[in-house]
Amino acid sequence: MSTTVALPASSYRPARLTDTVRSEATKLSTIPSTTWALIATLIIGVGLSALLSAVTAHAWQIDTPRVRETWDPTAMSTSGGSIAQLALAVLGVLAVTSEYATGEIRSTLAATPHRGRVLAAKAAVVSLVAFVAGEIVMFTAYGIGQALIHGHAPTSSLSQPGVFRAVSGGGLYIIAIALLGVGFGTLLRGTAAAISTLVALLYVLPALAAALPGELGHAVQKYWPTQAGGQVTNVVHAAHTLGPWTGMADLTAFTMLVLAVAYWRLTRTDS
Amino acid sequence: MVNTLIAREGKPITVDGLVKRYGPTVAVDDLSFTVQPGVVTGFLGPNGAGKTTTMRLILGLDLPSSGRIAIGGRRYIDLPAPLREVGAVIDAAAVHPKRTGRNHLKGLARSNAIDTRRVQEVLEIVGMADVGDRRAGGYSLGMKQRLGIAAALLGDPPVLLFDEPVNGLDPEGIVWIRQFMRALAGAGRTVLVSSHLMSEMAQTADHLIVIGRGKLLRDESIRAFLDGDHHETVLVRAQPIEELTSVLEGAGAQLAPGPDGAVTVTGLDATSIGDLAAEHGIAIHELTPQRASLEEAFMDITRDAVEYQSTATHAATNGTTT
Repeated sequence: MSTTVALPASSYRPARLTDTVRSEATKLSTIPSTTWALIATLIIGVGLSALLSAVTAHAWQIDTPRVRETWDPTAMSTSGGSIAQLALAVLGVLAVTSEYATGEIRSTLAATPHRGRVLAAKAAVVSLVAFVAGEIVMFTAYGIGQALIHGHAPTSSLSQPGVFRAVSGGGLYIIAIALLGVGFGTLLRGTAAAISTLVALLYVLPALAAALPGELGHAVQKYWPTQAGGQVTNVVHAAHTLGPWTGMADLTAFTMLVLAVAYWRLTRTDS
Repeated sequence: MVNTLIAREGKPITVDGLVKRYGPTVAVDDLSFTVQPGVVTGFLGPNGAGKTTTMRLILGLDLPSSGRIAIGGRRYIDLPAPLREVGAVIDAAAVHPKRTGRNHLKGLARSNAIDTRRVQEVLEIVGMADVGDRRAGGYSLGMKQRLGIAAALLGDPPVLLFDEPVNGLDPEGIVWIRQFMRALAGAGRTVLVSSHLMSEMAQTADHLIVIGRGKLLRDESIRAFLDGDHHETVLVRAQPIEELTSVLEGAGAQLAPGPDGAVTVTGLDATSIGDLAAEHGIAIHELTPQRASLEEAFMDITRDAVEYQSTATHAATNGTTT
């Protein structure tokens, strides 16, 4: 060809995991679905908690002593979290499946061929977002819930044993749920399939398991990962449940397993 | 924009014994070739030949069943920042429709520790600076194609891959990308461009790699490809034409009717035809040697390798294989 002066190969800084994390943070913060998921989390988490707190507190006067015995004002004032968690699970799912749906995954993996790094970065960013959103929802819902319960039924305070752990623990629990979203999204690659799986895991299967007879039903109820993990948000613990931290360990182990299988699928197959 | 390119020493892409199977289907069958820097290498083949699959394998998107690929001697996964080494335009639609073009590029730049100021530069290079803040879902196919090219240029890489880059581009865009690829190669970079438009290659490529059903058919300069085993023909107009045809047939030429009463002659070159006509006092109105078109040469070579003709199952392998 013509006389071109070739410059020496330019030196540059190799890409690192922190670069992948920054890239994933940029990507997550520049799609509207993230904003919507966070708005939904806040509205459902705080709004539904307030509603349930007000209703149950007003019913407390006419409740039987047996019901009053298990009254957990802390868990009740943050109970909307059990539905709001789905919005953050969806956020985790979409962080992965939106890339498969749009073909963006090919740009992503060509830019970062270390696929484990991509999965780790997505998990880190989603975890952080879920944790912050989870804690905001939990503490806001707790404050509003206590105010609504006050005067109608016994309240709790953050200085009582287990209460701070239950409220702040919700933020840890929600990390695991959002990571399950990332995991199933990576595993199944389709938004609908991954969300259906999470709905089944969080709501349908535990409800069915509760209908199982005797010891088997109790065992499933006790060890089912999402049920077990949710114990961290309770102050008053029902029968056939794990303790708050053993429950969290159960959920964490399950989440790690799902992410490990997701990693295997991501790295061993064509994108 | 083209003249703002900085010379950059390209790196060769070496493909060695590459095989890719999808179940029982062999999409890429023992492919070996080297793509050299400083020239535009055209990557040709009929639909389903394995061009896109090969490019996906080069980028590590698909995992090879066997064989090796190296870029400047290194595996793709070993490149410290792949976007600085290889720019690829593989799939124009591969953008989140709700994200702006600029943010799409920002995300990619950050993943490879590329200064995000470079985003504005590449948007300007591809003529997208005005629409960079619009959501990609609203882009035309041509704009998406340009965004893909912008992404490929982010790391100012010495190696560039283009998969069917003219798809969806308007005529102006086609001329632009053609000049752009030539400028990249002229600046010393390695440029591999696939296309099913053979005529496009004639105007862009210096070297051709032709594959069919995953196998290498040709790896030669475009000149050698055209000069190959193809007969030259000559288009002739004369008065009276009937007299000339009998003279030419007598001289052993094969004749075929051409457009508007012209005759296409095979087996005699233009000089011999002119001499024969003069000998017999026949007035020649036109005498045009015709090089076999790239299209014809290509069809000749790939005739046996066209998927649809042979086994229908091959063509149905998967939507991404081209």
